[in-house]
Amino acid sequence: MEFSELIRTGQAQAELLRGPEMPPLRGTLCVTGHHLLLSPGPQATPDLWLLLLRSVDSIEKRVAGDAGTITLRCKDLRVLQLDIEGVEATLDIARSIEALSSLESVITSFPFFYRPKGLRLGEAWHFHPPERYYKRIARETWSSPLPVPQTRAWRLSEANEDFSLCPSYPRAVIVPRAVDDDALARSARFRQGGRFPVLSYYHAPRGTVLLRSSQPLTGRQKLRCAEDEELLRAVLAEARPGARGFIVDTRSAQAAKQARMTGGGTEAKAAYPGWKRLHRPLERGRPLQESFVRLMEACGDPEQSMDRWLSRLDGCRWLSHVKEALSTACLAAQGMEWEGACILVHGAEGTDSTLLVTSLAQLILDPLSRTMAGFQELIEREWIQAGHPFQLRCAHSAFSHTRPKHEAPIFLLFLDCVWQLGRQFPLSLEFGEGMLLALFDHSYASPFGTFLCNSEKERCLCEVRTRTHSLWSGLNQPKEQRKLRNPLYVPNPLAIWPSVEPQSLRLWQGLFLRWTHPPEPSEVAWEKVWQIATDQKTEGSQPTDSASEPQP
Amino acid sequence: MEHIRTTKVEQVKLLDRFSTSNKSLTGTLYLTATHLLFIDSHQKETWILHHHIALVEKLALTTSGCPLVIQCKNFRTVHFIVPRERDCHDIYNSLLQLSKQAKYEDLYAFSYNPKQNDSERLRGWQLVDLAEEYKRMGVPNSNWQLSDANRDYKAAICRCSQPLSGFSARCLEDEHLLQAISKANPANRYMYVMDTRPRLNAMANRAAGKGYENEDNYSNIRFQFVGIENIHVMRSSLQKLLEVNGTKGLSVSDFYSGLENAGWLRHIKAVMDAAIFLAKAIMVENASVLVHCSDGWDRTSQVCSLGSLLLDPYYRTIRGFMVLIEKDWISFGHKYSERCGHLDGDPKEVSPVFTQFLECVWHLTEQFPQAFEFNEAFLLQIHEHIHSCQFGNFIGNCQKEREELKLKEKTYSLWPFLLDDQEKYVNPLYSSTSQKPAVLEPNTVAFHFKFWRNMYHQFDRTLHPRQSVFNIIMNMNEQNKQLQKDVKDLESQIKQHKNKQTDGVLTKELLNSVRPESPALKTSLCLKEQTLLPVNDALRTIEGSNPADNRYSEYADEFSKAEPAVVSSEYGVARMTC
Repeated sequence: MEFSELIRTGQAQAELLRGPEMPPLRGTLCVTGHHLLLSPGPQATPDLWLLLLRSVDSIEKRVAGDAGTITLRCKDLRVLQLDIEGVEATLDIARSIEALSSLESVITSFPFFYRPKGLRLGEAWHFHPPERYYKRIARETWSSPLPVPQTRAWRLSEANEDFSLCPSYPRAVIVPRAVDDDALARSARFRQGGRFPVLSYYHAPRGTVLLRSSQPLTGRQKLRCAEDEELLRAVLAEARPGARGFIVDTRSAQAAKQARMTGGGTEAKAAYPGWKRLHRPLERGRPLQESFVRLMEACGDPEQSMDRWLSRLDGCRWLSHVKEALSTACLAAQGMEWEGACILVHGAEGTDSTLLVTSLAQLILDPLSRTMAGFQELIEREWIQAGHPFQLRCAHSAFSHTRPKHEAPIFLLFLDCVWQLGRQFPLSLEFGEGMLLALFDHSYASPFGTFLCNSEKERCLCEVRTRTHSLWSGLNQPKEQRKLRNPLYVPNPLAIWPSVEPQSLRLWQGLFLRWTHPPEPSEVAWEKVWQIATDQKTEGSQPTDSASEPQP
Repeated sequence: MEHIRTTKVEQVKLLDRFSTSNKSLTGTLYLTATHLLFIDSHQKETWILHHHIALVEKLALTTSGCPLVIQCKNFRTVHFIVPRERDCHDIYNSLLQLSKQAKYEDLYAFSYNPKQNDSERLRGWQLVDLAEEYKRMGVPNSNWQLSDANRDYKAAICRCSQPLSGFSARCLEDEHLLQAISKANPANRYMYVMDTRPRLNAMANRAAGKGYENEDNYSNIRFQFVGIENIHVMRSSLQKLLEVNGTKGLSVSDFYSGLENAGWLRHIKAVMDAAIFLAKAIMVENASVLVHCSDGWDRTSQVCSLGSLLLDPYYRTIRGFMVLIEKDWISFGHKYSERCGHLDGDPKEVSPVFTQFLECVWHLTEQFPQAFEFNEAFLLQIHEHIHSCQFGNFIGNCQKEREELKLKEKTYSLWPFLLDDQEKYVNPLYSSTSQKPAVLEPNTVAFHFKFWRNMYHQFDRTLHPRQSVFNIIMNMNEQNKQLQKDVKDLESQIKQHKNKQTDGVLTKELLNSVRPESPALKTSLCLKEQTLLPVNDALRTIEGSNPADNRYSEYADEFSKAEPAVVSSEYGVARMTC
């Protein structure tokens, strides 16, 4: 195997420091193709300690005398320190970790080798969200409370079967029935990356829809595309006679105008009657990554004064991004629920802040997306299959010394917004903070294949579905559920409108400060909440248990 | 009553403090001898006690009427629009008079009558008895306050005011007294003297003939400054905090820079750090500690009471917390009436010293969710009543004044009323046994200090979480109890059946036939359905998870502007409330 060329040493004696609250571990350190192992001596009680090399974000080495120290900053924001005997061994181990943690090849990554007990390959890959989701819409349009028959308004198109229309879309997408595949192909050519408007969410109570796309390629010449215009016209016509639409552009009006110089642009008012443009600038790309890096710098300094901490929290602007993302999603949701309007969301590429807005809007409006299964389906459909480039965005987390290229914590921002929703509606999400933390960890480095690659097309080429395990099958094992579920969940059929005032938003300590000070007392309290909640569910069945006892 | 010129004004508008859409409720404003009352068209009542009013402002006349802004000491802010300027002027003048009483006898507590007889009232006052408390601590009644830690460690918390030392004065008796305290603790040769002021302030006091202990004159003392700012700094800090969070359309950035500039959380951290220093000296070093500031009734009370709370789990119970307030605040002469501005007096004496103490306690409850028997509502309720003047506990400035006012004969004590409502104030996660180390060691890294939204925005419902974890856990606990009772009932029924069937054969079918008939089980199933759903529903309609309450975007207005009223918004409302 080619890894062996990158592994420069067999093993070394080392001590591992894992943070203020955890005892240090001593033992034999060893680098393998995908892991860093620490094996305590035979007399030690704890088992093997194991770190996925992929999760190393940055590495620092220092040598003094005949020993060395390696500091590993991980993508899950953990900081680990290894004190290693021998200078040569230290340097060799450091170099091996450096080389192995930055391998770019997908098909040699760990998910292709990971074969856990109890899981079968191919399990839980049966999620085919567009198809499944189409069935749900078909069901809902049948039973729609609205007078206009909408049963035939939408269809499942397989025009992208070979990914030729749009490399970042899945094979099947939901589009207005009135528009045929040829028209879709033309609309695709008019949109950046071929991302023509497709249905993201059908809001059954009002019969309105949420669509997403990328920017139209109007360019300097203010080009138009009849099929693209027809597509959006059909959307309004199917919804309701005289229905209105809003295009939520996630860029400022200025930025949208400037995009014309590089061939992009935005929908001209005259070309799309019934549609009105709203600009809600959301930060993305480099500034968002820098915000994350600065936040983590602030969170890494426990000695700072109160004033310094507050000023850094302000300066990194992370919570401003949370507020903007949530309020834009609320605006889109409000448009559908209160104005009965159709909403199209796009920015430039339509793979980042666009997905942030559409997925959050669904959590606000759709009770099903707040269940454990529904949330997994939402992420699969609105992030993974919708072509969020996870491999590029999550190549590095907050500690990397390399200059960020395509990295941006947009998915983390989504998780943070969901956490804020969960804090304001503590009973309405079936999943708890543990689920959000797990998703964060796995999106940056995972033994599962779910977050690999940048699009469905790439995943097909790499045969991810047949050769790796799905994260969902891993998470849905019964032993994982207690960590992931919200014991207080009560199904709530209504929309959940969060407050977006700065006083109502809070720093997500469970994530950003997870390793610097484990919140022990609150974990014990959480255990107690579980106990109270599960007592309630199991006690009803207790009489039968005790009833079996008195039998002779 | 002579201050009230107008008792009722109709067609008054109540504006929402944070909504941008100028949403308002129309209703009728009533002025009573004790309260201002607003009843809106949905018959929802808003009561404002005159004593709670901190500031009344009449703003410039607008086209829709005359705006009247009222800021309350419990952090409620209301913005009325009164149609006629004359009415507004009358109410304004009346409120100015009614909110600032000149003498104690005019305070609400002296007229408040909860329909109790004299013996009930007396029993109420005796509920929290300090002599009992000192007995509990195992201390003979003395001038020194001693912490429970004394029992195990023989170290004590003592308190006093600053010495009148100036630059060179000394007092032999004082030096002997300190030595005696030190000697009373056989476990340690030295004792700490904590001056809770910043060093600079203490030095400045020397020029006025006051100051701090000279380590050379007192044998075996270790002197320590802990740097808590004075009441004037605290007052202006809170003022700045309220200005920031009262801003309409506040951005995240303005909020955090405002929080930083106000310095409020810095002060809270300073108080907490001082209390931790105190607790550590006693716990780790077994040293007695003498705490003082300038006068010994503000910062000293904060530090001693928080220190006691850290050291002794008893004070973390509902009753224990009442004792703590009686002991470290009321009986040691915290000047409640001056600090809370009960009477029309010197505004420079007003300061949120006790509010800071409550906030420190809240931070502790956040860090140790199982350590306290009481919940946040309990702290908020106490805060409400230090200003309400409805009960006698917080009236007056010292024990002497309180006795002269004959408070125990003329007014009621707050504590029995809180104890009657105890279930509202219980922390469902409280566990007296799980507190392995009885001493709390809070972390005071800056990250841990958060803005206390539920205090400073307790009346701004739109900013709150829309569902209450507290309610659901209380309900679950309630149901668990009911189910446990079911289990017991069923088990006893099984036993009875067993006794009847002398053969001792009991089939499963028989048991199954028992279950549905069991009356106990039926009630519990009903309970389940009834308690879970209404909580959810009620919260939703009351708290109004409603996009119109939230300021998502200036476009929200644009939506409605462009809308040719085809889609009825009632449809949306109906869905939200059904």
